[in-house]
Amino acid sequence: MTTLRGQTVPDPEHALHLLRQMLRVRRLEEKCIELYSAAKIRGFLHVYIGEEAVAAGVMETLAPEDAVVATYREHGHALLRGVSAGAILAEMYGHAEGCCRGRGGSMHLFDAATRFYGGNAIVAGGLPLAVGLALADRMAGRQRVTVCFFGEGAVAEGEFHESMNLAALWQLPVLFCCENNLYAMGTALGRSESQTDIALKAAGYEISAWAVDGMDVFAVEEAARRAVDAVRSGGGPHFLELRTYRFRAHSMFDPELYREKSEVSRWMERDPISLLRGTMQTAGQLPEETWDALTADVDAEISTAVGFAENGTPEPVSELTRFVYSDRTDDSSTGTGATGVGQAGKGGAAG
Amino acid sequence: MKTTYREAMRAGLRDAMQRDERVFLMGEDVGRYGGSFAVSLGLLEEFGPERIRDTPLSESGFVGAGIGAALGGMRPVVEIMTVNFSLLALDQIINNAATLLHMSGGQFNVPIVIRMTTGAGRQLGAQHSHSLEGWYAHIPGLRILAPATLADARGMLWTALQDPDPVLIFEHGSLYNVAGELDDEAGAVDIDKAALRRRADGHGDTLTLITYGGTLPMVLEAADQLAGQGIDADVIDLRTLRPLDAHTVMDSVARTHRAVVVDEGWRSGSISAEISARICEQAFFDLDAPVERVCSLEVPVPYAKHLEDAALPSVARVMAAARRAVGANG
Repeated sequence: MTTLRGQTVPDPEHALHLLRQMLRVRRLEEKCIELYSAAKIRGFLHVYIGEEAVAAGVMETLAPEDAVVATYREHGHALLRGVSAGAILAEMYGHAEGCCRGRGGSMHLFDAATRFYGGNAIVAGGLPLAVGLALADRMAGRQRVTVCFFGEGAVAEGEFHESMNLAALWQLPVLFCCENNLYAMGTALGRSESQTDIALKAAGYEISAWAVDGMDVFAVEEAARRAVDAVRSGGGPHFLELRTYRFRAHSMFDPELYREKSEVSRWMERDPISLLRGTMQTAGQLPEETWDALTADVDAEISTAVGFAENGTPEPVSELTRFVYSDRTDDSSTGTGATGVGQAGKGGAAG
Repeated sequence: MKTTYREAMRAGLRDAMQRDERVFLMGEDVGRYGGSFAVSLGLLEEFGPERIRDTPLSESGFVGAGIGAALGGMRPVVEIMTVNFSLLALDQIINNAATLLHMSGGQFNVPIVIRMTTGAGRQLGAQHSHSLEGWYAHIPGLRILAPATLADARGMLWTALQDPDPVLIFEHGSLYNVAGELDDEAGAVDIDKAALRRRADGHGDTLTLITYGGTLPMVLEAADQLAGQGIDADVIDLRTLRPLDAHTVMDSVARTHRAVVVDEGWRSGSISAEISARICEQAFFDLDAPVERVCSLEVPVPYAKHLEDAALPSVARVMAAARRAVGANG
């Protein structure tokens, strides 16, 4: 059994929790693939299998009032941020019970209750949003952190560089988490970047940045906690390069011509779930019955979620044009994000 | 009081900043420099660098940051130096600001105001002179404003800031120095309705001239000259390009039976095409003549004055189109 090298498990209960979190993502997405094959889910579907330690480790370190901005490979982030598996699957079914009432789909999961700002399918397009969310917190004097996930492909985009510069220039409370899975769709990092040390790029903007083994959930959590604490206490933006690997194809339409099967196999030996499980077993902290109970629990959660999605109702076509603009009958003029910010205009409404 | 379009814009900004502490202005050279068109001159001293926030030359970055700040509860006013530069921020404006509310199933509205200069006439060449507001008016999720008068320059911003959704304000560069009288009590104005800036009195041949923004003064001048030739014109200032106030247009056309659309944008696939199509759809049987359009020639706006003048709508071209519409010769 492969284990996390040199790792001990000082807090078995917490380790079990992390294992559960990663397993929840894994099982949700394995189910997504199954449902996609059964044509229950359409559109593009990008799964996170192999990368679960990143979202699991980082999410542990956030407070409920913090904000999360993610990419189109975000099912796991949404789930671990607190969006229910049912609401995620129902969204992929295009149902009214979905977290975006069927308008977003797999690539655009949003949730106001957990401050989950997508689900952004333009590579690097979420970074400026994260900078702005952090700017709002800074201007309002709040001690909140905005965490922004993106792939290493994003570092080739101008918006990455503009965002690094703005965040550093204005010392904003944002944590950038670069999920470096080595391939921007099918383009290997070395084929697209003159400088492949990504943390170094962020450091070039005077941002504290370091690289982390993204297959080791303990390492991710520890690094993220250090970074989040620093950001929250006014230390300015921080940057983590999380070195990880995508075990499955980029999307459901990818024949994987660009990488060797042996490379995938090598990385799969470092499956973050197997690593933690092995480490716990070696330490005698994961009796077989505990593992069985855990998997049964997670399977039950996913099975309930599938039932929820299956029994949902298609978002009515009569609602299609709703939300292009805010409902003027709603009291939405204060904005969804306007929780406890500043004060409303003192003057009268427009004439 | 005597004022200018520039000063009226500034008064609107100052008023908004005073009334709502969530409002801040962000953009290239809005602070120390005083604004590339001097709209924000003096506001840095009054409100400080947090709220009059100079940005690097990063249109996509700071427009996106404005969207994020709006999501985070602020009321950002983002200034982009010219509409041509806004193309660097198209991803944020179109993929994010315009889509987030719908894509999120109604959870995340984006109360941002983005202001920018538009239009030609100052010999600035093809990369500082285009009129792309009609393009933006194509996008569901955005509201598009084009203040053409001092009252609108003064009053549209506050109303735009009360809108829960993204609003883009296009300020024609030729208007900043326009001077005139503005009511001391001038304040917020509606942003839903087009305005009838001149009403035909029903004598002689009648027609409706439809325009917005920078070409309004030219169209009003053309209307005055046409009156001397027995052609009597309604002049409609659209004010808001999205959503279009078709009622005001159709009401006028029902009275005048002829329409000329004047737009500094290009003709093909344009806002003038949209207005023309709507008149044909909604007022076809009111028409006594085909709808005419006066637009910029389909060339990148050139530098040399005689070439630039030849490329743009003019009083003479508006009058010629009006005369064709009423069937008058040469």
